[in-house]
Amino acid sequence: MRLRSLVAAVAATAMGISLAACGGGDKNDSSGGGSGGDQTLTYWASNQGTSLDNDKEVLTPVLQKFTQDTGIKVNLEVIGWNDLQTRIQTAITSGQAPDVVNIGNTWAASLQATDAFLPFDGDAMGAIGGKDKFVATALATGGKEGTDPTSVPLYGLAYGLYYNKAMFTAAGLQPPKTWEEMVTDAQKLTVPAKKQWGMAIAAGSYTENVHFAFINAAQNKAEWFDKDGKPTFTGDGNVQGVLRYLDLMQKDKVANPSNAQYDNGTKSVNDFATKKVAMVINQNNADSSIVANGMKAGEYGVVPFPAPAGAEQVASHVAGINLSVFKNTKHKDAALKFVKYMTDATTQTTLGKPFSSLPVLKDAKPVFTTDATEAATFSDIYNTKSKPLPLVPAEDQFESTVGKAMNSMFAKIATGGTVTADDVKAALKTAQDQVAAGS
Amino acid sequence: MSVATQEATPAAAKPAKKKTRRGPEHRPGLNRWLPYLLLAPAVLAELLIHIIPMVVGIWMSFIKLTKFFIANWSAAPSAGLNNYKVALDFNNAVGEGLLKSFGVTVVFSLVTVALSWVLGMAAAVALQPPFRGRGIIRTFFLVPYALPAYAGILTWNFMLQRDTGAVNHVLNQLHLSDGRTFWLIGSNALVSLITVATWKLWTFAFLTLMAGLQSIPGDLYEAASVDGAGNIRQWRNITLPSLRPVNLVLVLVLFLWTFSDFNTPYVLFGTAQPPAGDLITFHIYNASFLTWNFGTGAAMSVLLLIFLMIVTGAYLLVTGRRSRRA
Amino acid sequence: MRETQGFKIYRGVVLIVLGLFVFIPLYVMITSSLKPLKDVQGAFSWWPSNLTLAPFVDMWKTVPLARYFVNSTIVSVSATVFSVAIAILAAFAVSRFRFRGRTAFTTTVLSTQMFPGVLFLLPLFLIFVNINNSFGLQLVGTRLGLIITYLTFSLPFSIWMLAGYFDSIPRELDEAALVDGCGPMGALWRVVLPAARPGVIAVAIYSFMTAWGEVLFASVMTTEANRTLSVGLRQYSTQTNIYWNQIMAAALVVSVPVVIGFLLAQRHFVAGVTAGAVK
Repeated sequence: MRLRSLVAAVAATAMGISLAACGGGDKNDSSGGGSGGDQTLTYWASNQGTSLDNDKEVLTPVLQKFTQDTGIKVNLEVIGWNDLQTRIQTAITSGQAPDVVNIGNTWAASLQATDAFLPFDGDAMGAIGGKDKFVATALATGGKEGTDPTSVPLYGLAYGLYYNKAMFTAAGLQPPKTWEEMVTDAQKLTVPAKKQWGMAIAAGSYTENVHFAFINAAQNKAEWFDKDGKPTFTGDGNVQGVLRYLDLMQKDKVANPSNAQYDNGTKSVNDFATKKVAMVINQNNADSSIVANGMKAGEYGVVPFPAPAGAEQVASHVAGINLSVFKNTKHKDAALKFVKYMTDATTQTTLGKPFSSLPVLKDAKPVFTTDATEAATFSDIYNTKSKPLPLVPAEDQFESTVGKAMNSMFAKIATGGTVTADDVKAALKTAQDQVAAGS
Repeated sequence: MSVATQEATPAAAKPAKKKTRRGPEHRPGLNRWLPYLLLAPAVLAELLIHIIPMVVGIWMSFIKLTKFFIANWSAAPSAGLNNYKVALDFNNAVGEGLLKSFGVTVVFSLVTVALSWVLGMAAAVALQPPFRGRGIIRTFFLVPYALPAYAGILTWNFMLQRDTGAVNHVLNQLHLSDGRTFWLIGSNALVSLITVATWKLWTFAFLTLMAGLQSIPGDLYEAASVDGAGNIRQWRNITLPSLRPVNLVLVLVLFLWTFSDFNTPYVLFGTAQPPAGDLITFHIYNASFLTWNFGTGAAMSVLLLIFLMIVTGAYLLVTGRRSRRA
Repeated sequence: MRETQGFKIYRGVVLIVLGLFVFIPLYVMITSSLKPLKDVQGAFSWWPSNLTLAPFVDMWKTVPLARYFVNSTIVSVSATVFSVAIAILAAFAVSRFRFRGRTAFTTTVLSTQMFPGVLFLLPLFLIFVNINNSFGLQLVGTRLGLIITYLTFSLPFSIWMLAGYFDSIPRELDEAALVDGCGPMGALWRVVLPAARPGVIAVAIYSFMTAWGEVLFASVMTTEANRTLSVGLRQYSTQTNIYWNQIMAAALVVSVPVVIGFLLAQRHFVAGVTAGAVK
């Protein structure tokens, strides 16, 4: 039987090719129940909790409630961050896609450009509860400016500067309000004898690095793309912003050179939680990791990631997870109902705590922490001190090229080299050329 | 034992039964279709998984398959030779990146193949004369090859960590370094890559060479000994020439494997691959999946394929000619 | 070769150096799998000061390892069975028949060995999708798709190796069988295959190892339902922690069946490789 299906498969291929070559092919019908009134949505969720299983545990009752309310079943798959982007790409390429998917909101404009996702136009937006229910900056991440977004915010996240209260008290320091104070504090808290460093940074992670390239440049009022979507990476503000961040390891020496190998935020957060460093800059979902690694909730505080004195007060990009509906879904109405359900106040409150996320709805209160000060700080950052990453189709290329350039520069610094402003400019020029060649 | 054999047997065997009296090779007319029937499953599988996808891949390299078109790629406009131009324009960032990656890969494969061959040969020769425990040692040496690639590479990744890794610990204990060397970033990344790939590959060279050594008749060595030839001369005059056919194939296979090695950089570096560890297949994978430019990625793959074909062809030509002369 | 003093020293040095090279990673893998998480996150130590078996227990929970194990087993075993069967038939044709297209076939099949996987990764994916759309045969995200893919990966080498092996079996044996009234297939079944058993075993091992260790296609072609170990092991780096001790424990458990199988049958593998290489 297998042999025969193999033969069938080969025969099919020949025809499949001609389809691919001339017709583009019809979109598949495999992603849902297809026939009859019995509707099943396929939902790809990103990894927000402590493990894929943990995500499943958290989401299952929430999805069950949705099924009870509407009769629509949801087939859940939780996908790790390592795989999510590739899986979405192959889904777009093949049309063999889920109905609803989580995306990192920074990808929104790039994914919008593929034309594979349902635009939330007037009707669709109405069906999920209207655009006014969302925090305006959060919704702005949904797609290119001036277009109907192809994604809507689901979980809000923002960067904050976590500091170890005991270490600060012991050194007689106050949490920093400016970049300069942060560096001075970090230097005082860098004690080689105790193997203690002022800060930990995920200097080997291109996604983390590019966020800080963006934030630091934004503090210098520099943009990465002009109005026409052309890259402007080599501006002075961009170069100085990148260099300022690199200097945490290079000139200020407040971060362990080992950090150049930290290829995700987890490692720097672990250093903070195990009290090897006094400060770490991370998104608010670090809370669960910090606690999981042994630090108690009251032992750390959070302030906005500070800008240099006199610079623009940008402390974070508008981070978070968005929800998108694939255009070729067979269950558009059901999918929209699901999006509405996931973004309503009750569900947001239910999921806010386990996933340590900020509410994306106006007037909602953060529930991810019981620490009122921390909640207020993050709300303030998210609502007033955050700027969306460039909302252009080439955003994904900006992330990978600039991020990887920063990886290399950190590697050079860590291995004893020097990176000057000219080096930064040259590296950003290469990144810019790559982006220009790719679009 | 196999479904395929049983299914194929009755149909194929019947006509053969009636006529044959001589060896199958001498009956051109009788079983004209039998060999084709026997080959059919293999041909179909090769067509489906290798040949047709390759043709599609070549076609992809001529269209502008960027993120604007992947959802509906029949609408992607023709790119002509543009994807190739971009990939081969070494003054431009993309072409320059490809060229650098190509250079890294050449160094990586040459060194890895050479090291693997030398280590494999050294061990095979050392284990040539029988002694107590030879079988155990031989078996033990094969473990890295038997291990699933990712399991071995993950272990190396763990060992090559800067602060918690075994490699720095050992070097520090031996006073060879301060124990704070970076192995997975910067220029050392290439050293790590070669080490890990060699760790896995040398045992394949060992396995093959050892098998080759067993087929060399012992009296050749005895005769040489009588003539007063030392071990080194025996190795040069007997072992090496006898292993020539094995070596020819071995070196080529090792080269093809290392040159398109994907697992090692992918598992060892993950998303944070340093420029010094940017092997070409991984580079193409990133060019396709990270920047969504599948057209350029396909063009790069085709160029890689052409390169491998030229090298293989030239290799076979040169070695073939030399052995005919010899 | 004579066992002179010099040779003994040479042998000693080679065996010690290479022995350590092989041994140290294996040792690190085993000992790290017996350490608590805190210890693998700290500076490296040769001997686990707090021995624990917990990683071997926890690893099944952090990641659904058991399911990946089942997937990998089904995929690898099936791919092996089909690959070996197909390779036997093809190798028999190549070894025992002279027919038009023989050289073209062997050259083409062998040259597919050098196709870089990235070249046909995306096209293959699209072809599978098209098969699904036109015939409803689901290949993406199913084990069947992986089986078909993997069986082809080991095919060129298997055919080549087996053809070499069959060549080394004297034709007189086939002819005797033919005289006894067997057809060519009977000769294959009753004479050639039994004589070539070591070669078949070698090819089977090779196919199994290829499928068990494949990473690139697994990373694109698998979904949660059919995920294999090669991709699953990456999931020990979670949002909160990198469970190095569990990674090592899982790597160990995943390796044991393959390593044992290979080592038990390695004699045949050596013979098979030689037959192919020396032909």
